Amino acid sequence: MNIEQNLTSELGESLESAEEGDMRITEAAEAAGSSTMASDGVADAAAEENPTVLAMRDLSVYYGSFRAVRDVNMDVRDNEITAMIGPSGCGKSTVLRSINRMNDLIPTARVEGDLRFHGVDLYDPKVDPVEVRRRIGMVFQKPNPFPKSIYDNITYGPKIAGTPKSEFDAIVEKSLKRAALWDEVKDRLSESALGMSGGQQQRLCIARAIATSPDVLLMDEPCSALDPIATGMIEDLMQEIKTRYTIVIVTHNMQQAARVSDRTAFFTAEVDGANDRRTGLLVEYDKTEKIFSNPADQRTENYVTGRFG
Amino acid sequence: MAVAHPTDVDTARVAGISDSLRRRRDVRGSLFKAAMALSLVISLGILAVLLFIVITDGWTVLSTRLGSFLTGTLRPDAMDAGISQGLKGTFYLCLIVAFVAFPLGIAAAIYLEEYAPSNRLTSFIQLNIRNLAGVPSVVYGILGLAIFVNEFDLLDGKFGIGAITGGRTPLAGGLTLSALVLPVVIITSQEAIRAVPSALREAGFGVGATKWEVIKDHILPYASPGILTGTLLSLARAAGEAAPLLLVGTITGFLSNSPGWFDVTQVQDKFTAMPTLIATWVTQPEEEFKIDNASAAIVILILFVILLNSAAIILRNRFEAKRSG
Repeated sequence: MNIEQNLTSELGESLESAEEGDMRITEAAEAAGSSTMASDGVADAAAEENPTVLAMRDLSVYYGSFRAVRDVNMDVRDNEITAMIGPSGCGKSTVLRSINRMNDLIPTARVEGDLRFHGVDLYDPKVDPVEVRRRIGMVFQKPNPFPKSIYDNITYGPKIAGTPKSEFDAIVEKSLKRAALWDEVKDRLSESALGMSGGQQQRLCIARAIATSPDVLLMDEPCSALDPIATGMIEDLMQEIKTRYTIVIVTHNMQQAARVSDRTAFFTAEVDGANDRRTGLLVEYDKTEKIFSNPADQRTENYVTGRFG
Repeated sequence: MAVAHPTDVDTARVAGISDSLRRRRDVRGSLFKAAMALSLVISLGILAVLLFIVITDGWTVLSTRLGSFLTGTLRPDAMDAGISQGLKGTFYLCLIVAFVAFPLGIAAAIYLEEYAPSNRLTSFIQLNIRNLAGVPSVVYGILGLAIFVNEFDLLDGKFGIGAITGGRTPLAGGLTLSALVLPVVIITSQEAIRAVPSALREAGFGVGATKWEVIKDHILPYASPGILTGTLLSLARAAGEAAPLLLVGTITGFLSNSPGWFDVTQVQDKFTAMPTLIATWVTQPEEEFKIDNASAAIVILILFVILLNSAAIILRNRFEAKRSG
């Protein structure tokens, strides 16, 4: 929890300069004041919503001159699971990857608009993308453990962050327990991670991501390479860890979005007739029940009822 | 409990189906397979004949005086002549190539794969590296002679790299061979780096590693078996080159009296190498030099190259076993 306090105190200044200053400061103050804010203000109507962790305003991502996704406006709230759904090519993964600046790895990628993390502009030139990725961890589509031991997989993040070696054992145990993997692997921590099953590897990747104590976990179709049993375990795991982390998940599986998420963003792609390229856009973003039962937009309804996509 | 097959089958349909399922002769497929196998037999056959000839020709020397042949020095008398100076020269050449070409080549490959912007200049450089890999080795000999051997006088002083190498020395020869194998080292290392799965890079960046940390901790360890294989194979090639060395000035006479194996001053002394020695012997009029000694020296050089290649394969397998754990 001290990371969170660090962040909020550090972010205090920038919050004051933020556009919707007053409202956000109140929220941030709540976050800083209490580590159990999720259960705190439920009775209070004004604080019914969890504080905003990620705020996107008119966010567009370009690859060269091609606009891959445009005009994304959404707020990701603390201790919630936010799902992004939509057909292929709608830009949901692109948006996800712009959140922890993984898109920086693509030389031509460029972001326009405003993307704030606790009020801090993530694309400010003064922001170090490496630090961003420590605070905003990522789990990828295919399990990608390092070809090292289970233990070394978990400790790599803390090691490069300069965490003293003496804390490694505790970090490994804590991370693996949170990823519901400890009981299965505690006796073979020194064995290669590549000897594990796919589902175990993906939980190891989750453990590896939370070992650096991030605020936010981004998951890019984390279950698409897994069987239904392993998928179920990951979904249960997400429910358990959302009390500590804010999760954003991209999924192709609408049932999964409906099962696990608190909020859902529906993206779609519009085809430019001139060059046949697809630009993604955010159609609707709301509470998950609303999206799946009574969406405001016809396109959302068509998609969630299976008439399109 | 066995369940009987159904009996209510339409016999006319069965005949048709069993006919359509009958195995047919795939003549073209068999011919293709035979042609491929023949090509393999021909290439291996040539190699086998070559080995057989040199081993039988060199057998008198290898079986009667292997010890003195390996430790002896160049002599006018074929029966006393040995190859120790050639072995030493080749050993030092390989050492210099390993120390010069490998670090330079691997570093250049890392730069090209990981840091170089993808623009016209980069692709121009890439194209040139590929072309350089195909330049005949004798051209590298001329280059070595001009750059690493010759020095020029200016204002009462000696200038040029030749002043450091000392002229026609193992140092000059090693640098020439380094230049020769550099393009191959760069290309094979680049290919090994390119083969690192992008998922591994993303994993590294995803937990907050810097580019340098991703390269050092993930990309290089993963690519190292491939890099190692490529570099050792290029070393084997360098060990067998005669043409550039003849130009850079390996000699087969007037060598200083056999210094010890680890006397490093010899890198700046006159030298010879196995390929030069073989090339000189086969042009001698005496049968003992031309056939017996030259063949025995060829066998030794081939063994040396096979040893290097086996080392490459063993090291690669060991690394790969470690990688897949």
